[in-house]
Amino acid sequence: MSAYRQGEFHAFEGGGQDYLYLVPSAAIFALEDVSKAVLGLLKDRELSRDQIVAELVERGYSRSTIEETLNELHQAHAIAFGDGFTEPRLDPPQQPFPLQTVVMNVTNQCNLSCSYCYEYGEDRISTPDGKTKFMSEETARGTVDFLLNQSPGRRMVHLTFFGGETLLNFKVVKSTIEYARNKAAEMGKDVDFSMTTNATMLTSEIISFLAENNVGVTVSIDGPKESNDKFRVFHNGKGSYDVIAPKIKELVKVHRSRPIGARVTLTAQVVDVKKIFRHLTDEMGFDEVGFAPVTTSPVRLYAIGSNGLDKVLEQFTELAREYLEYALANKHHGFSNVNDTLQELHQGVSKAYPCGAGLGLLGVSPSGDIGLCHRFVDSPAGKLGHVDTGIDRQAQAEHLTRGHINTKYDCHTCWARPVCSGGCYHEAYVRYGDTSHANLHYCDWIRGWTDVCLRIYGEIAARNPRYLERFDERKAI
Amino acid sequence: MKHLKAVNRKAVRVEEFIAAEFGDVHGLMQQGPPQQRPHYPLGCSLVFSPGWETDSAGGTAGLCQPVERDLYDCYITCFWPAQVPDHFNNYPDWTSKCASATKDWRNIDLVFP
Repeated sequence: MSAYRQGEFHAFEGGGQDYLYLVPSAAIFALEDVSKAVLGLLKDRELSRDQIVAELVERGYSRSTIEETLNELHQAHAIAFGDGFTEPRLDPPQQPFPLQTVVMNVTNQCNLSCSYCYEYGEDRISTPDGKTKFMSEETARGTVDFLLNQSPGRRMVHLTFFGGETLLNFKVVKSTIEYARNKAAEMGKDVDFSMTTNATMLTSEIISFLAENNVGVTVSIDGPKESNDKFRVFHNGKGSYDVIAPKIKELVKVHRSRPIGARVTLTAQVVDVKKIFRHLTDEMGFDEVGFAPVTTSPVRLYAIGSNGLDKVLEQFTELAREYLEYALANKHHGFSNVNDTLQELHQGVSKAYPCGAGLGLLGVSPSGDIGLCHRFVDSPAGKLGHVDTGIDRQAQAEHLTRGHINTKYDCHTCWARPVCSGGCYHEAYVRYGDTSHANLHYCDWIRGWTDVCLRIYGEIAARNPRYLERFDERKAI
Repeated sequence: MKHLKAVNRKAVRVEEFIAAEFGDVHGLMQQGPPQQRPHYPLGCSLVFSPGWETDSAGGTAGLCQPVERDLYDCYITCFWPAQVPDHFNNYPDWTSKCASATKDWRNIDLVFP
C-alpha cells in the first residue's frame, strides 16, 4: 500500500507556536491546526490519503481543507508518499571556486604559553621546523596578490591577520594593509581587514592604527583574572590578565569603527559561561563574546568530557534565554554564538561542508605555504600549495570530495546536518586523525544547541518578527 | 500556501518554488501526488491511442508524435522483440548517426546479419 508518512524534520516550539525545521532544505515553517493534526496522525505510522481524510473529517475538518493541507505538506517535503523523495545530489562545487578570505599567519611565534594551544600545546599538528617564523613583506604581498587574483567575481575580499601572536609582526600587518588597499583599488575591489590578538602588545599607536584603518579586532581572553590566568600565561608562568586588561579597555574605548569581539576557550577548568560573559561585556566593554570548547584529544586534563559539555549547554541555554529577552526588547546582546546560529537558521543555510576551509577560505603560513585554514598551516595534513605556485588543485579536489556531507554516513540520519555538516576539520583531525571524520563526540551537543537556538528563533518569529530583519542580509559578500 | 507559513528565508524560497511548480495547475493539485506506474511505451500495439501511426483523418500530418518515433519505441522501450537490430550485443551503434529521429531517420544504418 502506498501511504503517507512523516518526512525528515525536527519539530520545535517557540512562543506558543509550533514549527518544523525541514531537513535537508533547512526551511522553517510555522504549523497551524490542520497541518499539525496531519503530522500528529502520521507519528510513528503510515496512513493512506483516504485514511487521513476520514480521520480528520471525523474531527470536524472539511475535506477540501484536509486535501489542501496534505498537498502543501507533501510539496514542502514535510510528509512523504510511497517511496518518498530522492534527496538532491549534492555535487562538489565547480572549480576554481573564487576565494573570499585568506587568513595570514604573520608569525607562528607567541609571547604566551597557553598550555591548551593547538599550535604549541600537546596536540599540535604543525611542523614548522626549518621554515621562517615571521612572514616577510614579500611573502605578505604575494599573499595579497594571490587572494586578489584568486577571487574573480567578488567585489569584497577579507584578509585576516593571525598568529602565533599577530602583533609580534605588526610591521608586516601595517605594510600589508596599505599594499592590499592600493592593489585592490587598482582591480576595482575592496578588502576588509580583521585580526586576532592576545592583546599583550597593544599600544596606543597600534590601537589608533587599527581604528583608523577599520580593522576588526578579536581578542583571545578567557574571562576574569582567575579563569583567564589558568591557561593564558607568559613563558615564565605568570598570568596575562593584569597586562591585557588596561590595554583592552583602551582598545574598546578608542576603536569604535567596528565591534570588538572576545573569543573564549572553554576547558574543563573554565566553564562558567555566564560569569565570563558578564565580565567581558559589562566590565571590559566587549561588544561581542564567542565561546568555543578547546580542541584537544580527550585524554588531556583540560579536555571537556561529555558531562562537562552538558554543563556548558546548560549555561549556554541560560545565556541564550537572556539574549532572547534582549531581542524581544530590540536590544543588542553580545552572545555571538546565538547571533551566528540565528543568522544561519534565518537564512536556512544547508551546508555541504562544515565551513569554507579549503574552498573560499585558506590559511597561509609565514613561509607562504597554503593550508586548509589557519589551524592547518605548516602541517602536513591539509597542505594545499604555496602562494607563489598557487593552489594544489588535486589536493583541494581530494579534500572537497572527502569532506563533503555525502561521504559522512554517520551524519545522514541527523536532523542537525544542515548546520553542522560533520563539524570542524581540525577538531576531527586531532580526535580521529582524519579531517573528513564526523565529530561524533559532540553530536549531542550540536543537536542540543541547535534546538535551543531554533526555539529562540521561533519565539522571536512569533513575538517580535521585525528583529529578524537584521539577519536578512548574508554576512558574506 | 495556506496551511504552512514560511518563516525563514529558505522557507520563502521553497514556497516560491512550489508556487512556480504547482501553482497554476489547480486541477492536478486536487489529485494528490502522482503515483508510480509502470511505463507504457507510447507507440505500442497494446495502446490503441490516436497519434500512433495515423491521425484522425487517416494521414500522418496531425500526429502528436512524429511517425519516426515508433522506431525508438520499438527499439528501446518495448518488451516485444521488434524488428530492430540487437543493440545490446551486436549493433550498439546502429543509430549513432541519427541525432534526431524526425530529421535524421534516413541515416539509421541498415543491418544485414
